[in-house]
Amino acid sequence: MANRIKIKKGLRIPLLGDAEETLRGRVTSEYVRICPEDFHGVIPKLAVKVDDAVKAGMPLFFDKNYPEMLFASPVSGVVTNIERGEKRRILYVEVKADSTIQYEDFGKKPVASLSAEEIKKSILNAGLWFLVKQRPYDVVAAPTKEPRDIFVTGFDTAPLAPATDFILNGSEADLQAGFDALAKLTTGKVYLSISPKTTHKGLRDAKNVVITEFDGPHPAGNVGVQINHIKPVNRGETIWTLNASDVAIIGRLFNQGIVDLTRTVALTGSEVKQTGYYQMVIGTQLNSIFKGNVTEGISLRYISGNPLTGRKIDADGVLRAYDNQVTVIPEGDDVHEAFGWASLSPKRYSAGCTYPTYNKKYRLDARLLGGPRAIIVSNEYDKVFPMDIFPEQLIKSIIAFNIDKMEQLGIYEVAPEDFALCEFVDTSKLELQRIVRTGLDLLRKEME
Amino acid sequence: MKALRKYLDKIKPNFEEGGKLHWLYSTYDAFETFLFVPNTTSKSGVHIHDARDSKRTMIVVILALVPALLVGMYNVGLQHYLAIGQDVAFLTKFFYGLLAVLPQIVVSYVVGLGIEFAIAQVKKEEVAEGFLVSGILIPMIVPVDTPLWMIAVATAFAVIFAKEVFGGTGYNIFNVALITRAFLFFSYPSKMSGEQVWVRTADTFGMGKGAVIDGYSGATPLGQIATTEAGGFSDFAFHGITGQPLSLSDMFFGFIPGSIGEVSTLAILLGAVILIATGVGSWKTMLSVFIGGLVAVLLVNSFAQNAIMEMPVYYHFLLGGFAFGAVFMATDPVTSARTEKGKWIYGFLIGLVAVAIRVFNPGYPEGMMLAILFMNAFAPLIDFYVIDANIKRRAKRAAVTK
Repeated sequence: MANRIKIKKGLRIPLLGDAEETLRGRVTSEYVRICPEDFHGVIPKLAVKVDDAVKAGMPLFFDKNYPEMLFASPVSGVVTNIERGEKRRILYVEVKADSTIQYEDFGKKPVASLSAEEIKKSILNAGLWFLVKQRPYDVVAAPTKEPRDIFVTGFDTAPLAPATDFILNGSEADLQAGFDALAKLTTGKVYLSISPKTTHKGLRDAKNVVITEFDGPHPAGNVGVQINHIKPVNRGETIWTLNASDVAIIGRLFNQGIVDLTRTVALTGSEVKQTGYYQMVIGTQLNSIFKGNVTEGISLRYISGNPLTGRKIDADGVLRAYDNQVTVIPEGDDVHEAFGWASLSPKRYSAGCTYPTYNKKYRLDARLLGGPRAIIVSNEYDKVFPMDIFPEQLIKSIIAFNIDKMEQLGIYEVAPEDFALCEFVDTSKLELQRIVRTGLDLLRKEME
Repeated sequence: MKALRKYLDKIKPNFEEGGKLHWLYSTYDAFETFLFVPNTTSKSGVHIHDARDSKRTMIVVILALVPALLVGMYNVGLQHYLAIGQDVAFLTKFFYGLLAVLPQIVVSYVVGLGIEFAIAQVKKEEVAEGFLVSGILIPMIVPVDTPLWMIAVATAFAVIFAKEVFGGTGYNIFNVALITRAFLFFSYPSKMSGEQVWVRTADTFGMGKGAVIDGYSGATPLGQIATTEAGGFSDFAFHGITGQPLSLSDMFFGFIPGSIGEVSTLAILLGAVILIATGVGSWKTMLSVFIGGLVAVLLVNSFAQNAIMEMPVYYHFLLGGFAFGAVFMATDPVTSARTEKGKWIYGFLIGLVAVAIRVFNPGYPEGMMLAILFMNAFAPLIDFYVIDANIKRRAKRAAVTK
């Protein structure tokens, strides 16, 4: 019986548009775009030129600081465009996909017979290292650093999140191979956190890992919360974090000898007519699943990821590298609601009790529903922040960029996503995730 | 509403960058966001937001203050007609009170909001809502006969020197309404305490003319016990302004002389229920103020030497500004302790200090204002130690694993 930890603080935001657990097929697009900005902390250097032919698994770019860290093309085809933005920053690398994907062969390798160094090298070479992230700083893990432990979260509690059991259906063997590989990469332990409800055999009966059950509302599924409850990160320590679906992708590399960046993606959100799950590789253009399947006549917000931490994309945007979910909600910029401060409308949702609650699900849009203010209300963040950290004080120390205070208050333990719920409930409408992201980036620059 | 929206859209370009009235943008924005929820959407971070904003929070506090304000207005009329010995209808009393209090509310809002708007304009920021609450609190915690110009001066002082110099709503160290009262208290003591200020004996805009009856005394119950010659509490009796005895129910429902907001404990409790049910006010702070008061009174009772030292605890809670301060002043999130553990300590000490000032300082019959301002100053220190415990725990953990 796995150790169970109960999370009391947090919030389930009752949104409309949960994905129906039906697989609706595979989605392909003519062009696939990989956006280097998804890989936080990486300075991309191109490995290809326009018109180069690539196979799935061959590198498109690599990291300037760790040239051994490659980033794989998810499809085979021809590089057609390298779009650059301000200061020649690479916005995306576009590959025109072949109709059938040609895979670069990395050779099947039984994990048990490989050394730690060989495993690390295989993952780096295959361009899959980006799946491993690290704390502190919440960036793609530095391959040269020895992690104290590795933490894997086996479920997602975010609003409208896909059912991990469903998206991992059939990947039991890959998952186990992934865990075995990770176990060799650390002298510490691999911790897997699962939902008490999970019935997935690959998760519940996983070997070579320490399993902990986390019971409670979002953010119980956030790896940051799990680390804080199992074994917090201290100054000077590094730990690696992954998502169970990413572990399966790594396992696939060893079991099949190919880089298959296929994800099972939930199409969710109140504006989607027919929700469900689709299989696609990362970087796939999503317009084919949006077309005719979303509310018409109002302005919409398309999000790769969930409504709390996802990235805003265009209607012809692509699936971003880490996401198992695509969400469509109303933008709301065409709504003019009179006297919101006096409203008793059943359409308004608040986690607190200043609005009457009707026991149902809500269709929320992207409006801030207020103006930015100084932090006024106290104990607001704490209620949705189940970590042994004072979130408000940490945020203030980040704004002041007081490094000593940030360290003392636990900056090394957090990632922007841990503050997503705080940002949601914030009466003062502050951009907390951006504040934390900026703070982590500045701190990393300062310390490394 | 649609026509209004169209009109706003039409005049908006004047206030935007390059428009003729750009220097009034904050004012325009304040009115627009008052009428319509802004349709700005999130640019980074979360894509959805909770419907509660700063406006909603402040409106709930104002709503919670309304019962105390209404009963207070009625009581102003009640005391006035008692003082001139006339028996009039319920509504007449209320209307008299309304007439007496309304100018104070208007002055406080016009002065305070005027300054807030002007400063927001200069700083090119949105107008914060904090003063919506302060503006109604100020008339509720001063005597009804405070001259309007004094309220204007004190409000201006408090808004500028207690709030805006610190950076505006959310950054102030001291409660703005209490600074207003403290300013009045120390600048014009004759208008803020004594027997003459708590009951309006003159007419208001010609309403309620009459001569004060014989035997009139306008002292508040706390003022009475602070200056009594009686050797013990059993020899002492509270009396109303015409010399009639005051019962506990008079004190509970609010038919005693005092500041407008503080008299009715029942109305304050109603406000407390609203604040706690909506989660806007901290029940921990409220409860701990009462616990602090209880402990202090029991302590003082145990070695009582005079009437006020012998006064039982429920009189302390019913009289003066104790309940009002606990529910509406101590819970101000900006000036209170911000950590949950800190709130217990902060509230407890407010109760303790308030009773200490009441009992041991005959010069100040009421101690709540000073107690809260005093603890406002100490709130950051309390938080410091609460947070320091977390910091030490983290440092220890790091040391062990090294």
